[in-house]
Amino acid sequence: MNPALMACLAAVLLPLLGALIAGLGGVGRSTAHRVTIACTGISTLLSLLLYKRIILEQGASLNEVAYTWLGGEWLTLEIGFLVDPLSVTMMVVVSLVSWLIHIYTIGYMRDDPGYQRFFSYISLFTFAMLMLVTANNFLQLFFGWEAVGLVSYLLIGFWFKRESAIAANLKAFLVNRVGDFGFIIGIAAVLAFFGSLDYDTVFQRSDELRGAVLVILGQDISMATLICGCLFVGAMGKSAQVPLHVWLPDSMEGPTPISALIHAATMVTAGIFMVARMSPLYELSEVVLNLILIIGAVTALSMGILGIVQHDIKRVIAYSTLSQLGYMTAALGASAYAAAMFHLVTHAFFKALLFLGAGSVIIALHHKQDLRNMGGLYRYMPLTWIAMLAGSLSLIGFPGTAGFYSKEAIIEAMHYSRLPGAGFAAFALTLGVFFTGLYTFRLLFLAFHGRERTRVDEREQLRESPRVVTIPLLVLMVPSLVIGLPLVELMLYGGYFRESITVLPQHAVLATMRADFHGVWSYAAHALLTWPFWLAMAGVAVAAYCYLLRPQLPGRIATAAGPWYRLLLCKYGFDAFYLGPLAGGVRRVAHRLWQDVDSTLIDRWMVNGTAHSMYLLSAVVRRLQTGRLYHYAFMMILGLLLLGLLQG
Amino acid sequence: MLSGLIWLPICWGIGLLLLERVRPALVAAAGVVGALLTFALSLLMYIGFDPAAGMQYTEQYAWIPAFAIRYHLAVDGIAVPLILLTTFSTLLVALLVPPTDRPALHLAAFLVLEGLMNGVFVARDAILFYVCWEAMLIPMFVIIGVWGGPRRVYAAIKFFLYTFLGSVFMLIALLYLYHRSGSFAIEAFQLQPLSLHEQTLIFIAFLLAFAVKIPMWPVHTWLPDAHVEAPTGGSVILAAVMLKMGGYGFLRFSLPITPAACALLDGLMITLSLVAIAYIGMVALVQQDMKKLIAYSSVAHMGFVTLGFFLCFTPAAMLGLQGGMIQMISHGFISGALFLCIGVLYTRMHSRQIADYGGVVNTMPRFAALLMFFAMANAGLPGTSGFVGEFLVILASFQANFWIAFIAATTLILGAAYTLWMYKRVIFGEIANDQVRALQDIDSRETLVLGLAAVAVLALGIWPAPLVELMDPTLEQLWAHVQAGKHG
Repeated sequence: MNPALMACLAAVLLPLLGALIAGLGGVGRSTAHRVTIACTGISTLLSLLLYKRIILEQGASLNEVAYTWLGGEWLTLEIGFLVDPLSVTMMVVVSLVSWLIHIYTIGYMRDDPGYQRFFSYISLFTFAMLMLVTANNFLQLFFGWEAVGLVSYLLIGFWFKRESAIAANLKAFLVNRVGDFGFIIGIAAVLAFFGSLDYDTVFQRSDELRGAVLVILGQDISMATLICGCLFVGAMGKSAQVPLHVWLPDSMEGPTPISALIHAATMVTAGIFMVARMSPLYELSEVVLNLILIIGAVTALSMGILGIVQHDIKRVIAYSTLSQLGYMTAALGASAYAAAMFHLVTHAFFKALLFLGAGSVIIALHHKQDLRNMGGLYRYMPLTWIAMLAGSLSLIGFPGTAGFYSKEAIIEAMHYSRLPGAGFAAFALTLGVFFTGLYTFRLLFLAFHGRERTRVDEREQLRESPRVVTIPLLVLMVPSLVIGLPLVELMLYGGYFRESITVLPQHAVLATMRADFHGVWSYAAHALLTWPFWLAMAGVAVAAYCYLLRPQLPGRIATAAGPWYRLLLCKYGFDAFYLGPLAGGVRRVAHRLWQDVDSTLIDRWMVNGTAHSMYLLSAVVRRLQTGRLYHYAFMMILGLLLLGLLQG
Repeated sequence: MLSGLIWLPICWGIGLLLLERVRPALVAAAGVVGALLTFALSLLMYIGFDPAAGMQYTEQYAWIPAFAIRYHLAVDGIAVPLILLTTFSTLLVALLVPPTDRPALHLAAFLVLEGLMNGVFVARDAILFYVCWEAMLIPMFVIIGVWGGPRRVYAAIKFFLYTFLGSVFMLIALLYLYHRSGSFAIEAFQLQPLSLHEQTLIFIAFLLAFAVKIPMWPVHTWLPDAHVEAPTGGSVILAAVMLKMGGYGFLRFSLPITPAACALLDGLMITLSLVAIAYIGMVALVQQDMKKLIAYSSVAHMGFVTLGFFLCFTPAAMLGLQGGMIQMISHGFISGALFLCIGVLYTRMHSRQIADYGGVVNTMPRFAALLMFFAMANAGLPGTSGFVGEFLVILASFQANFWIAFIAATTLILGAAYTLWMYKRVIFGEIANDQVRALQDIDSRETLVLGLAAVAVLALGIWPAPLVELMDPTLEQLWAHVQAGKHG
């Protein structure tokens, strides 16, 4: 077996081993975290080694089959691994963030009775996510896809006594299943067309999709559009795009470390990764690319606006995640896959940082999460404050930070895209930057600055979180701020992804942008002359005015805006619609089917009705069986006569 | 070998009846030994089985020479996995603590039932098949009638009459085939040329028998009633094995004997299967009784079996046949385990109503973890056996028609919705009442039973290749036979 495959297998399977030991081994608390941290740590090291080999040394990609899942002459499905620039980038992000969050968890979950269970789950998640990104075929992709969904379900409902948590995890699983419904049809379409689920085979023959159609309801549907559209429905579920976004804010019911790991840095970006992975297919359907562009832009803007009216510190960040996922999605639509991946990487670091920072605040306040009861915390928690500030700057795209380079590239790509939705997307994403600045610094000001709204007795206990919590924060600060510098040129313009991403010449927006790129610093300086920078600053300024200088103002605006404010508070009514007419309607219909069709029509009328008429019939027959011999003799003679008549 | 699989459990079961007066613990142990021996025998058969070699372990004697009825046994790649499922499920049931009321009779009924079920799968003579098929109803009737719930008499009679009525038509078809071919050998039936008209009538006669058994919509209403009233072991065997008889019948009789009729009526069969998947999936959603919910879920899952089988005339026929077979085996493990789980709760709380539960995880964490695993398997999570069959059938159905795949794929949403919603209401949350507070977690024996089922579900999900390879040559042969005969 070749060493790269062994490294990959070990990197993927070690977290599983850790999860099994922590979950089923009946081990103590410290053993649970030691084992899982060691396993994830080795996994991180191996991922870095593979990264060095494939990216830095430009080594060959790994594409190997591990075993045959099932097979016959009619179809062979295999489990195998593909480690190329795209997947190795994901491996590093996933394992590294996961490892830091394992460490952070020691502090965050210290008093929780489900300590071992939690470590088991997050290790299991790491395994599933690594399976997802290293898959070399659609089957294994789907395995990882569903497995991360399972662990997400388990972790959102980690505190299973809370009614809100177990409602949220069911909702998350079911909304994701709606996405998977599309996803599995997409996979079936791939198999029907290519006769294989292996990436290599499918991508090499992707050109055959041109002109292929499937007739549905008398309409010719382009096969490429059908496949890409169905697969994208899956991505909309997992990466929480409108209208399948409703589960992500509720997922904040889970403990904060997993909000950082699963619902910000890694799992929710699986949809982005998947579309980038399928770029050879997506390139062939401009219809779907345009749809992706528009959905991404709508999500980025509409969800960003919602961030302004949330009071729960984690929910603000959750809406921010939705909005940022919208940016990535829009980038995919514009065929700027590399830009989407770049934003995925930077976002993973700065959003994990923000969540862990929020978690640190939550620890200090004994699990209170309402921004209205915070304020002035920077005095007590300077390290957390610095970390949050760094994450916030990166999130709003302050020139020079990691988030700046990735977001700037996405917005710029909109201007070069020739798709019909590009104009709208450029507008929405640019405006979105204003709201990003606003909600981000609203959070920062409300939590760390301004009047102290904590109770006096709480203030006495306020202190900085322990080192297991702050060290991961400080470590994450580094990439959040500076990782853009080495990566921007390499990832966007340097052929970083090589053959793992395909872009057709007519969609090659990044190649066009390359001409305008003259080094990281001049790029940052140039940004001072562009709209996004000033919009972001305007957002920060508005936040400062409203939440530092005039704290009474937001309340008055809310009252004045009346119905608009309520529209935002009810999150545009998606939840109400899904819960009421949709879920309720399905249940009502189901109840009618059961009572009217199953119980009444089939069972009472047909089945028992048959039995009953048999009973009546038998009553008649019983009367015939009188037991008197001459009756029978008479009947026999009558029968014989009849027979004779018929014969004659 | 095959005679052993029939007669060993039957004789052992009858022997157990002699132990009526012995200590219950001894009876239970004797029952386990009997089931274990049969399971070991079936494993030996599996090890010695060569998938490529067609019918094997043939035993053939004249039985009633006047009518050319023979005692003829053999197995192929379809029968072997079903026999393993039967012996495995019976072992799980035997490992359960038997009821205090007449434990010997209870175990005896299951062992006799096991022998007869094996008989159905190994019989190569139609009359032998029919005898086992009908005789099987007697121990099940006893199980429901003696240890069942309050409406057991209604349920038992409904179950008996429903399936019996279906079987009568099958008997007529078998007699007609005897009349045409002069033999009761199933092989002879399959080779007998029949006109399309004859095939259609025979197909409908078989359909009545198999559709009731599997069960298909709209002749499924006996199943929820039978499950609700049946004791745990009865439900397990009913769901795990007896439903599979219908699927087995389609593969052994309908498809090879009346291929042209199948080709003619496959649209009907596919439609009924889709109704089972979507409509029954919705009905399952609103059930308040856990057993009824799982029973409806069974009907929906068996919809994938019939859907897969009757995709036989579309481009991805093999995918459908394999998917349907895997779904049968997998559903045997998963639904059996789910009924075991409900039994675990029932023995403690004497209620199957979802509303009587809540927060069980607080008092039974180990049980909650295992039930979570089976619930996810029931919802078709990849990595469990529940995924494999559904996945293959959805893949196959897309190649037949986009809309078939579209409706079949709704199971992803519905299956997760009804299973996990039930799980949420029963397991999660604060402790709902004092009875839940007093619950004891599962003991080592129950853990062993559920653990064994979990291992089977997981193994099949991670590596279905051995099962597929076992069945592949037989299914290929069946498919070729059906292809050759589909034009009548």
